[in-house]
Amino acid sequence: MTQSEMIAKKCESLEHHVADVIPILVEFLRQEVEKSGFGRVVFGLSGGIDSAVVAYLAVAAFGRDRVHPIIMPYKTSSKSSVADAKEVLAALDLPLTMVDISPQIDTYFGLQEDATALRKGNKMARERMSIIYDQSAKLKALPLGTSNKTELLLGYGTQFGDLASALNPIGDLYKTQIRRLARLLSVPLSIIEKPPSADLWEDQTDESDFGFTYEEADVMLHMLIDERLSPEEVIERGFEASVVESIMRRIRQNQFKRRMPIIAKLSSRTIGIDFRYSRDWGM
Amino acid sequence: MKSIRVALGQVRPKLGDIRTNADKLLDFIHRAKLDHADVIVFPELSLTGYLLRDLVFDVARRLDDPVIATIVGASTDIDIVFSFVEETDDHLFYTSSVYASKGRVIHVHRKVYLPTYGLFEEGRHFAKGNNIESFACGSHRAGIAICEDAWHPSVPYLLSVAGMDILYIPSAGPGRALSGDPHSGSQQFWERLIRTYAQLYTCYVVFVNRVGFEDGLFFFGHSAVAGPDGELLCVMDSHDEDMHIVTLDLSRIRTERYRSPLLRDEDVYLTHRILGRLVEERQ
Repeated sequence: MTQSEMIAKKCESLEHHVADVIPILVEFLRQEVEKSGFGRVVFGLSGGIDSAVVAYLAVAAFGRDRVHPIIMPYKTSSKSSVADAKEVLAALDLPLTMVDISPQIDTYFGLQEDATALRKGNKMARERMSIIYDQSAKLKALPLGTSNKTELLLGYGTQFGDLASALNPIGDLYKTQIRRLARLLSVPLSIIEKPPSADLWEDQTDESDFGFTYEEADVMLHMLIDERLSPEEVIERGFEASVVESIMRRIRQNQFKRRMPIIAKLSSRTIGIDFRYSRDWGM
Repeated sequence: MKSIRVALGQVRPKLGDIRTNADKLLDFIHRAKLDHADVIVFPELSLTGYLLRDLVFDVARRLDDPVIATIVGASTDIDIVFSFVEETDDHLFYTSSVYASKGRVIHVHRKVYLPTYGLFEEGRHFAKGNNIESFACGSHRAGIAICEDAWHPSVPYLLSVAGMDILYIPSAGPGRALSGDPHSGSQQFWERLIRTYAQLYTCYVVFVNRVGFEDGLFFFGHSAVAGPDGELLCVMDSHDEDMHIVTLDLSRIRTERYRSPLLRDEDVYLTHRILGRLVEERQ
């Protein structure tokens, strides 16, 4: 078996039980939103596959009237992203809410002329988060996360930006599993088939940023995380050492994004260390 | 021997809210009585919720606590199996399941095996029970194993030697939808487990698992009953809060134990002798 055949076979097995998760995720959204006392959900709709899947799940859980997606383009955002986001709204019969984030981003970076593309991208992600949380208060709607397991593990997101949410229905699904889920939910094919992109600058794609494909990443991540194989064992199965090492480095280097801020322990009961309650306690 | 009607009370407790949960149990008990059930069985920690963490300290109740007395008091016309955090006189905290009948506690089982691995942290909060015994319920004998207790074959074995006809397994089993076949990996495991125990110990096995979500954990329900030939008599094919009543024909135990005299032929002396030697060799 060639390596690409092995990856295809592994991806197929990853996608195997994805249909079973739909009723679980729909019920998860319903129960968690009910517990919070909000009754509605709000999230950013980018035109990409992840937020589209969240939109479909949210409508399945709440119907169209309690689901509030927001399209938040910057002036350089790809026109096709906005068009794809609008297609999701049309398919689900959801109203259009659009907030152009260009004025506030440009005002800030007008005073920061040396800013790199990465700084700008992170600032945009946090601007969008800030708008979602403001709308959350206005609409009494719980902010939904749209980061998948591949992104969360590789740290491909902005801390307190797109990684921020109250509730993430898709955070335990790899990108290839999201693609299967999208097909099962009848997300428009143009969205499923286009190359994933953070759309922070022109012609950016996730896979060119990584240097490997999502299929490769998911198969290796599944081996490393779910099957608990060592990097050496993954390499022995025919994967390139440099790629496996780059994935391991990304997982470790981005651990900080997956945790709340750490607190210096001084007292006998310290938040997050020995003051331990489930979030449900406060619901 | 006669038949008994067992109600499976597949509830969704609210974390830490004893008042609300007690009202729910009383409502289920009332409905089960109207349906002429002889006994109603609730899941593990049905009075408190599962992922308690530091809430254990607050929700613990003594056996003579008014809330416990109220539920025990509701057992005048129907037997009740329910579970809560029990605090003893010496302030040890147990995951306990009570069998109440005719307004009295006739048996308390304290969970022996406290899973403390992966997503579980019971050993951090609870004391370990140190007894396994069956008890008389009118014309038959019953035994209780709480969730993880049933993953240790010694527990049903000892109960079987102690004369158990019905094994009650109150559970708070979380699902892992992507880890196994048709349904969740654990769900399938539970079905296999209760069928195997029922067949090997020629008894009825009543598995009652909770539903709902707690901090992302999905409790999969699918409460089920297996008969003494190992066949499933009922599976609640649902993740929802619900109640089912199953009639257990106790004369089938007689037939099955004549046809398949595993219990008669079980050599407890041999087991005792060899186990004693093995334990001695370990020390």
